Amino acid sequence: MSSAAANPQHQVSAAREALLELRGVAKRFGAREVLKNISLNIASGEFLTLLGESGSGKTTVLRLVAGFEQPSAGEIWMRGQRLDTLPAYKRRVNTVFQHYALFPHLSVRENVAYGLRVQKTSATEIGGRVDESLRMVKMQEFAASRPSKLSGGQQQRVALSRAIVNRPLLLLLDEPLSALDANLRKQMQSELKALQRELGITFLFVTHDQEEAMALSDRIALLRNGALEQVASPREIYAHPATAYTAQFIGQTNLLRGEILDGRAKCGALQWPTDGPSGAAIFSLRPEAIRLASDAVAPPGTARFRAALQQQFFSGASELLEVDCGGGQLLRVRIPARGPLSGEHEFVFSAAEAIRVQE
Amino acid sequence: MSGHTPTRRAPLLTIYSVLVFIFIYLPVAVLMLYSFNRDGVGGFPPRHLTLEWYRLLFADAPIWDAVGNSLIVAAGSVALSLTLGLLAALALDRATFPGKALFRRLVLLPLILPGIITGLSLLMFAVFAGAQLSLLTVFLGHGTALISVATTELFAGLQKMDHAQEEASLDLGATPWQTFWRVTLPNLKLSLIAAGLLIFTLSMDEIAVSFFLIGRDNTLPLEIWGRLRRGITPEINAVSTLIFAVSVALIVIWYRVRTRGLGSDAQELLERLQQDA
Repeated sequence: MSSAAANPQHQVSAAREALLELRGVAKRFGAREVLKNISLNIASGEFLTLLGESGSGKTTVLRLVAGFEQPSAGEIWMRGQRLDTLPAYKRRVNTVFQHYALFPHLSVRENVAYGLRVQKTSATEIGGRVDESLRMVKMQEFAASRPSKLSGGQQQRVALSRAIVNRPLLLLLDEPLSALDANLRKQMQSELKALQRELGITFLFVTHDQEEAMALSDRIALLRNGALEQVASPREIYAHPATAYTAQFIGQTNLLRGEILDGRAKCGALQWPTDGPSGAAIFSLRPEAIRLASDAVAPPGTARFRAALQQQFFSGASELLEVDCGGGQLLRVRIPARGPLSGEHEFVFSAAEAIRVQE
Repeated sequence: MSGHTPTRRAPLLTIYSVLVFIFIYLPVAVLMLYSFNRDGVGGFPPRHLTLEWYRLLFADAPIWDAVGNSLIVAAGSVALSLTLGLLAALALDRATFPGKALFRRLVLLPLILPGIITGLSLLMFAVFAGAQLSLLTVFLGHGTALISVATTELFAGLQKMDHAQEEASLDLGATPWQTFWRVTLPNLKLSLIAAGLLIFTLSMDEIAVSFFLIGRDNTLPLEIWGRLRRGITPEINAVSTLIFAVSVALIVIWYRVRTRGLGSDAQELLERLQQDA
């Protein structure tokens, strides 16, 4: 959200101004409605991630912005100009494709130069910009290679270089890291983030990996069945999920279904004070919000309960417990690593950490 | 490639295969052998081997005129059928239009139709259109009859292609036209080479369609056919041997281009071809 301030040169012209606007965009393929009434603004210099399961419509949004598909309804605007009526090749938008889509008959250098060459840029300028772009992704030494001779990670870098050399206003990335192994993925994530800061280009990033979305994004737009579920910064969406779906999709959580009666919430064996209106309610309680009573001082507004340990998963710095609070109500609890546990224990959580969510 | 599991030999199958090959290739072998026989087509077994018939052949101007005519017709047919076949293949690959399934089958028809029917209908069309029969009508005949070959090959090539490449090209600012020339065509290079070789060979050997459409200038197969009516000379054997050698060479190249293009990475093959050249 503070990205405009992070790039002072943009501050005067584009502070807070939306670079890209989706206004009520819908997309149907035949009878299938893939996107429903999507309205979304992306600020200049922002890193916005479209997050969702496969089939949620996130890639379709990208293809609409790139110009490979036409919206069935709604409009797309970029810097005050209508974008969805322009053909793909006239949009100042470039894409990093999921499977890279490098040109196999061209060398790395020719791949990167392609966009400049078709737009009749002068040869000297092409040379300089291609070198610069390859340097940014650390691929200078492979300039003469064919894409088929490169590893997946290297092809990824070339695809990135080929896109940014055109200095797009907006870079679209379609699950660019999904084909890489876990280690390389982490490394590319940090390089992507650094690259985005260095270039100041707005990124619209598509992924199904919520951890990746959390690590990289200024804001996350969570899509579910073609509709926006919630748009917020990673911290906000994690701390205050609006719906049960969001709470479960972003990180791990315990969904507690119960009711509120006279200022008290009651979900199975758990009870705590709340100021919500009476009636049925769903709460999201993160595993790490629950602590062992012996480890915590209990201020007022703390809920306590006893539960029997069912499972314990050790993961280095912390461990995840699965506990039964009676009557088969299972909760997940994440505590700092403390060695093997067994039997019944008393647990506490602060009432404020039980976040009320919509269905 | 092979060799991880030694195949068991089946003696009967081996004998059978050898017999089939003898059945197919013995006449050709005899034809080739007699092109080197001093005593001509009579006289078995050949006693004196000679290159005399080849010397005669190379001095025979009408034969070489016919070869020239055939080359012109074949080259023209390759250009015509590849151009039209590419358009048809593109339509089949990416356009949706009513009657597409029918079009797809109709385009293949000349491949199945007996040459005599294709030839006769093209002749009637030429007469109807008031066209003078000449090499031009032969070229048009071959070109149209072989469009189906081009369409099939190029359609297969388009189906194999990764269309994300074309989207990438548009995304990078290339117009659809630039995309076609810089991405689509280079990707089809192997299919174009394969189809071109096959069409060239088919046109060089074609006799049925040519027979109906020929004017005063003969193509090579018709020249040979004409001479046979005056009796077989070893000179014909000599020219047939040369045709056979060139045809086999072209077919082998076509087959290699095609199978490699289908199986492994096309890029690797192109690089290998460049190294070979």
